[in-house]
Amino acid sequence: MTSTSVAPTGGRARRGKSKLGWNLLGLLVFLVAGFPLYWMLNTAFKPAKDAIDPDPSLFPTGFTLDNFRRALDIADFWGPVGRSLIVSLAVVVIGMVVGVLAALAISRFAFRGRKVVIVGILAVQMIPLVAMIIPIFLLLNDLEQYDKLTGLIITYLTFILPFTVWTLRGFIVNIPRELEEAAMVDGCSRTGAFVRVVFPLLAPGMVATSVYGFIQAWNEYIYALMLLSQKNQTATVWLGNFTTKHGTEYAPMMAGATMMAVPIVVLFLLVQRKMAAGLTAGAVKG
Amino acid sequence: MSAADTTTPAKVPPPRQAPPTPPVAKGPRRGGTSGGAATPWLLLAPCLLVLALVMAYPLYRLVTLSFQSFGQSQLWGFKPAEWVGFDNFSKVLGDSEFWTVVLRTIVFAAGCVILTMVLGMLVALLLQRVSGWVKTMINIVLVASWGMPVIVATTVFKWLFDSDYGVLNALMSKLPGVDMVGHNWFASGPQGLAVIMLLVVWGAVPFVVITLSAGLTQVPKELEEAARLDGAGALGVFRYVTLPILKPIIVMLTTLSVIWDMGVFPQVFVMRGGHPEAEFQILNTYSYDRAFVVNDYAQGSAIALLTVLLLLGVVAVYMRQMLKIGEVE
Repeated sequence: MTSTSVAPTGGRARRGKSKLGWNLLGLLVFLVAGFPLYWMLNTAFKPAKDAIDPDPSLFPTGFTLDNFRRALDIADFWGPVGRSLIVSLAVVVIGMVVGVLAALAISRFAFRGRKVVIVGILAVQMIPLVAMIIPIFLLLNDLEQYDKLTGLIITYLTFILPFTVWTLRGFIVNIPRELEEAAMVDGCSRTGAFVRVVFPLLAPGMVATSVYGFIQAWNEYIYALMLLSQKNQTATVWLGNFTTKHGTEYAPMMAGATMMAVPIVVLFLLVQRKMAAGLTAGAVKG
Repeated sequence: MSAADTTTPAKVPPPRQAPPTPPVAKGPRRGGTSGGAATPWLLLAPCLLVLALVMAYPLYRLVTLSFQSFGQSQLWGFKPAEWVGFDNFSKVLGDSEFWTVVLRTIVFAAGCVILTMVLGMLVALLLQRVSGWVKTMINIVLVASWGMPVIVATTVFKWLFDSDYGVLNALMSKLPGVDMVGHNWFASGPQGLAVIMLLVVWGAVPFVVITLSAGLTQVPKELEEAARLDGAGALGVFRYVTLPILKPIIVMLTTLSVIWDMGVFPQVFVMRGGHPEAEFQILNTYSYDRAFVVNDYAQGSAIALLTVLLLLGVVAVYMRQMLKIGEVE
């Protein structure tokens, strides 16, 4: 692909040979890093009796959807998924509305105390979630929000909101001020300039941040486990149902894991590109 | 805060008196109709309000709790919480088990961070040398494993390392002279934690690789060229050209990794079926255990607070780096 940009010194033949070595090493990395994913899918689609083979075949032995059926049977699946969806969407929407305003404030206004706010928002991201479990549990207990989805939504804002503000700030900073200024020279009010100029340019960033936040909320486990009872469990906690005192049903569990992971990984693959793409590239030339 | 001040002495010219129009470094700028000193605070108000409720108050509660006696009866409101001063801390710090846990946590986190960074760097360097199609394949796997929910990844690893039907035991037993059939990886703490470390590293390497890869494209080819012409080997080029340029990114990634790896919880918790044995306790599970299993919320809080304090130094480095990056606007 970029053979011309690599060192022009050195023989072509030697480089071709060394490239083969690197490629082999690369394939090894591919295999090792990808193996857990492969094994999850492999186990999920193979007949359950092949899964509990002490000497398992490394390659697919058959194709069945029985494990998925069993996974849906073991415990209610759509209830937890629905709850996870409600919580994640609510957190993202609240986080986005509140977050955009705050991000605008810290990226577009010079005011006294701005730095304190920035440091504060950075700092709260650094506190381990687990450390906050005890007081949050007691807080929700006091507010009678224990075992309620609203309580979990409030709780998830602890990590979604600072993340949203900080990420959006990064996106806003990349939108040249000159664009707004030009709009204001042309007669827009400041609010008008935000709405007509900044928001359209910010939209892709907002989408990416939302999806990312959604994934984080969806994947959260400890709070969901602690703050909701069994009957209100969310999707991540649902995955624990496969282990009972009689042992673990691994093949259905891998089917469950697949159902949990595939949508999230696909979402993640989509955003990954957008997060990396230059957002306002081309809006202002030179 | 002081770190932030020292890194940004030049910017923000004269913010003495609140000016009618917000001053900006370059060019004239009008405040517009909605300008004024109150606007940013109005915009910030909802965010600060939410953070005050879900962050500041619980944090305050965490601190006060750790100076009180707070157990089951206080939770149900039978007895008021009692102020006990430093009792919780002296109890925790006087317990030799606590120090074992601290040491274990530090060794575990350090192992995770070092492995993540070294492997991440090696893979990032490798990605520069492989053909396009290999690079694409590796990238897809990396992003997919990065996007895997932690719980799913933990479940999958639990299956890979299962003692009876786990594929790893079967594969290793195929090697000559190795008999791992029925080997229980979680029978001993160190071995079990090594598996968990592998899980953490597997999940953490992709982010490091992708960030470092982006950083590596910023290293000017001419500099590497020049170093090579001056007689530097591959190692020399890396040591004296690549590494110094990547340093800010490496510092950031390392501090982030420390913060994340000290915060490991679900991996241990789920791997041990919700009841980590004494040999598997790290600070987070230990604090959880004290609070929700022993029902001593005060001691749990004290341990959580000590964990945060332990992290403070690392966090300071991270914030300094972030603010430096943040100032380049």
